[in-house]
Amino acid sequence: MSNLLVVNGLTTQFESKNGPLTVVDGVDFTLKKGEVLGLVGESGCGKSVTSLSILQLLDKYGKISSGEVLYENTNLVNKTEKEMKKIRGKEISMIFQDPMNSLNPVLTIGKQIGEVIEKHEKVKGAKLKQKVVDLLNLGGIPRADEIFHEYPHRLSGGMKQRVMIAMAIACNPTMLIADEPTTALDVTIQAQILDLLRSLKDELDMSILLITHDLGVVAEMCDRVVVMYAGQVVETTDTRTLLRNPRHPYTEGLIQATPHQSKGKSRLKSIVGQVPTPDQYSPGCRFADRCPKAMDICQSNVPPLFEIDGQTSCRCWLYEMKEEVI
Amino acid sequence: MTTTLLELKSVEKKFAAKSAWFQSKQFVHAVNGVSFELNERETIGIVGESGCGKSTTGRCVLRLIEPTSGEVIFQGKDITKLNKNEINQIRKNIQMVFQDPMASMNPKLTIREILSEPLIAHKIPRSEHEKLLSETVKLVGLSENYLARFPHEMSGGQRQRIGIARAIILKPKIVILDEPVSALDVSVQSQILNLLQDLQEELGLSYLFISHDLGVVEHVAHRVGVMYLGEMVEIANKEELFENPLHPYTKALISAIPKTDPDEVKERITLKGELPSPSNPPTGCKFHPRCIFAQDICKTSKPEIREVEGRKVACHLV
Repeated sequence: MSNLLVVNGLTTQFESKNGPLTVVDGVDFTLKKGEVLGLVGESGCGKSVTSLSILQLLDKYGKISSGEVLYENTNLVNKTEKEMKKIRGKEISMIFQDPMNSLNPVLTIGKQIGEVIEKHEKVKGAKLKQKVVDLLNLGGIPRADEIFHEYPHRLSGGMKQRVMIAMAIACNPTMLIADEPTTALDVTIQAQILDLLRSLKDELDMSILLITHDLGVVAEMCDRVVVMYAGQVVETTDTRTLLRNPRHPYTEGLIQATPHQSKGKSRLKSIVGQVPTPDQYSPGCRFADRCPKAMDICQSNVPPLFEIDGQTSCRCWLYEMKEEVI
Repeated sequence: MTTTLLELKSVEKKFAAKSAWFQSKQFVHAVNGVSFELNERETIGIVGESGCGKSTTGRCVLRLIEPTSGEVIFQGKDITKLNKNEINQIRKNIQMVFQDPMASMNPKLTIREILSEPLIAHKIPRSEHEKLLSETVKLVGLSENYLARFPHEMSGGQRQRIGIARAIILKPKIVILDEPVSALDVSVQSQILNLLQDLQEELGLSYLFISHDLGVVEHVAHRVGVMYLGEMVEIANKEELFENPLHPYTKALISAIPKTDPDEVKERITLKGELPSPSNPPTGCKFHPRCIFAQDICKTSKPEIREVEGRKVACHLV
């Protein structure tokens, strides 16, 4: 499989009263064609900022300070706003966690989806309407003809997310970024939406970057996983290895802290303390304070990503002896 | 020997819905005839999707929402018939923890003031306040320094600890936990779940644990009740319910949990459609339009909850 998106040393900073805060710190990962890559971590670990940086949707306080985002071998970081507009929605599109807040409440569903198509393609009138209705059908929305004329508030959460997905796939994007697409939904609806994403991926030949905090969703959907902690990538591996044989102590803790994994045990293993904020990052390993396996070196030196085998790399001094630094 | 502490008998709550002046009054049946009992030192989990009436049920117990009919029996008394003074006495024994600790605390008060409020409301002598405050804060795993802080100075997990401290400071018998960990990250969530288990052992508490997250409920609860559109459709011991669910809705709900085990065989029952509106529920069994096993009888007659193999299920087909 060839690479679709290569993120190299992406660093994003936000302005603050006490100088710039590095929220995403040297993130590297690769999304291959036709793959579902999971980006996992707890709130505040920088996973959403990473995805916003890819599409350059950061607000005025945020700035990519170094690194590159290579999409089909062109660097998106150097693109102008005008050039990015051609890419967003057409090449790479995005769906967000909260479909309630991502739809315009004063436009009908048909109008909103039509807008995306008009922006990128020369389709108008009855043809445009037909295209939108087809998209709604593809998104698994019943009575698409009627929904076309409805306003977002008339739809349930699951339906709104289907509309968001229909909108995201309107121009046959090659890549879809799904930022916590099912977090706001009930489990039975979540299962429907995940099924939909999976079938659309095959049908439209898309690659998906799936951002989530839910390891269950990862197990169901992803081929490979990138685990983030405090703005850095701490582990990259395939889903199976991640769940069966997690290398980084943080990943291990995260898996053991998930209630469903703990069947039969009366107490959950938990990670002490909490995720540090960007102004509290320690000079050494950022997980050292919470790590049950921390050593002296962890307090003072930032571990690099050690390659363990061709598939797996891990940011932890425990793996220092075993392989050389990449 | 288990003793029943709290018993709900066909509790019902109807909310008046907007209706035009010439229409007969419309109601939304949020909770429809829910019965269960909570034993001493037991955790009962109530699960269901949004809008199924699980939170309303929890609030009816404390009469934060007045139930329309039915009985809530605590220590031999029917809570629904008590007057205001008497209900306040009951509330000393039944306390509540809410989902969003930031939204359920006054941002202008310090933690000390927040935790003192229940003590003042229940007329605990001033001289005992300080001791109780420091005891309780330590019990939830925080240091006394936190008493001087404001809610915004704490993380989500710490705030939820304060939410729990506020609930247990009066030494209640029952704590109603309404989605206590839904707003928290996994690593913090597990800390809070462990804390709740420790407190249960130490203080002999009983929990009514309301959650949409089946994984969490499977971990903490002894018995689990499943609600759908205001009705209890199945109630059973945790092990039985998760290993061998009887009601088709329970089956679908459990199969919809994403499995973290890559080797587990997935037999998913994907439910068609969405939760119908509670203001216009389907006839017969409320689940029949989405049920893959639905028969003709399900469309016309409503299944009563009855005992099957030592547990309770509301389905014609089991």
